[in-house]
Amino acid sequence: MKDIRTIALIAGVLALLTVATAIGQFLKRHPDRGLDPAAIDTFNLRLRGWWIMCTVLAVAFWLGTTATVVLFGLVSFWALREFITLTPTRKGDHRALFWVFFLFTPLHYVLVGLNRYDIFSVFLPVYATLFVLARVAVAGDYKRFLERTAKIQAGLVVCVYCLSFAPALLHLSIDGPTTGSRDVNFRLLFFLILLVQFADCMQYVWSRMLGRRLVAPAVSSNRTWEGLLGSATSTALLAAVLWWAAPPFEPWQAALAGFVVAIMGFAGGMTMSAIKRDRGVKDYGTLVVGHGGVLDRIDSMCFAAPIFYHITLLVIGT
Amino acid sequence: MLSPADPLPSLPPQPSLASQGRSALCRAAGLSLAALARLLSGSSVRWIASQPDTCQRVYFANHTSHLDALLIWASLPQAVRELTRPVAAKDYWSRGFVRRWLAEEVFDALLIDRTDIKVHQSPVDLMLREVGTTKSLIVFPEGSRSVTGEIGEFKSGLYYLAKKRPELELLPVHIDNLNRVLPRGEFLPVPLLSCISFGPPLWLERGEAKLDFLARARRAVLALKE
Repeated sequence: MKDIRTIALIAGVLALLTVATAIGQFLKRHPDRGLDPAAIDTFNLRLRGWWIMCTVLAVAFWLGTTATVVLFGLVSFWALREFITLTPTRKGDHRALFWVFFLFTPLHYVLVGLNRYDIFSVFLPVYATLFVLARVAVAGDYKRFLERTAKIQAGLVVCVYCLSFAPALLHLSIDGPTTGSRDVNFRLLFFLILLVQFADCMQYVWSRMLGRRLVAPAVSSNRTWEGLLGSATSTALLAAVLWWAAPPFEPWQAALAGFVVAIMGFAGGMTMSAIKRDRGVKDYGTLVVGHGGVLDRIDSMCFAAPIFYHITLLVIGT
Repeated sequence: MLSPADPLPSLPPQPSLASQGRSALCRAAGLSLAALARLLSGSSVRWIASQPDTCQRVYFANHTSHLDALLIWASLPQAVRELTRPVAAKDYWSRGFVRRWLAEEVFDALLIDRTDIKVHQSPVDLMLREVGTTKSLIVFPEGSRSVTGEIGEFKSGLYYLAKKRPELELLPVHIDNLNRVLPRGEFLPVPLLSCISFGPPLWLERGEAKLDFLARARRAVLALKE
């Protein structure tokens, strides 16, 4: 709370959420406006999700870096749970999965928490992959060997490895007018989350308004080229307008980051849709009654976090 | 009128302090084990066309994992849980101090001797005698855990149970994905998400043949799979 920019960002988001909530409640009370009631319900549900997300993030930020890393670790763990639950595995994968859940995932986040970029950047993609291959081979079931190991590896990379780049932002040493303040890093992380959520929204809005050409009708029935382009452009604009909130960026760099984040978010959504279509489910959380899964919420984040991290690295020139 | 020589009307025996402490420990152990099992198996609980109730019931489920009975038991509300006894194999659950303590004291399990089944002392008679008119049971009519994850044919115990006590509610329960959390022959769990579904009760129809009834009961469990 030391920084005027942090306060401005928080106040802005709170104001936006409050206004949106008021509009959502107003539309719900007056169903005679000719709007699709299902869309209003979705909107209100989404808003509730954001309130919860903001509250959880605020508490984690307030508690500090370690708490935030732990929070992301728990989210990763849960997302991986959903991923593997919907991926058919065989009994021969059991022991490998045990170590993936209880050793590799926590250890990776410990390395992130200790800021050992040199180790955590290769730990899962190299060592966990090798371990999974070898462990499944030793278990003695060779049926569809590559397919099974690839599934586990994909789950680990998307749900754990990629997502962990978001809290890893907290450890970057950012040169700038407010050096030494942790606020800067939290603001950067929040900037990323904001862009990803905004891109998701804009994708939906533009698709509904102008969407004609579906990118891949068999995979997703609501992701269009127009939506992608619109979302990338508006996210770039928002990022440029909010450049002051993200310390190392010039406005044009922020815009570029926003553009890339939107495209990666789109890629994440498409990827997860493809997996869901293959498994014949709508949400990852169908096993959890009444709400979509964690993975449905973070798919775009998983894809956008690494590239945002590396853009930031480039910009601060480390 | 009580004459001085008459003994006082006897009060129900008060539990001693030590046994109260022990039962509190068992309760705590039961609660924490139930919480742990639910956390580990990420189980969601669905009641489909039925409600949790303290009335006397027989829960019958597909058997896929060692965790099955514990998880069904843990999925019930506290008040129902206290009245519900899992049925388990004596040869497995009476081996070693910890298992015996868990089975007898914590879960109040009804242990059935699989190796010593006599005609005049059938497991069904034993179960009915033990539950009286208040307790409910958790049974696995397949008899043992399935290896493939498919639901096997039901053994006839459920039919005789229904025949001797036709008024008991028989509640089908389907356990999904728990065989992947802790498969047969493994002792380390993988924390995947599982789902427990309770279905609408069924009863033995008048004059229904044994095989028809068992097939119908099996279909009731399968139907909860969606």
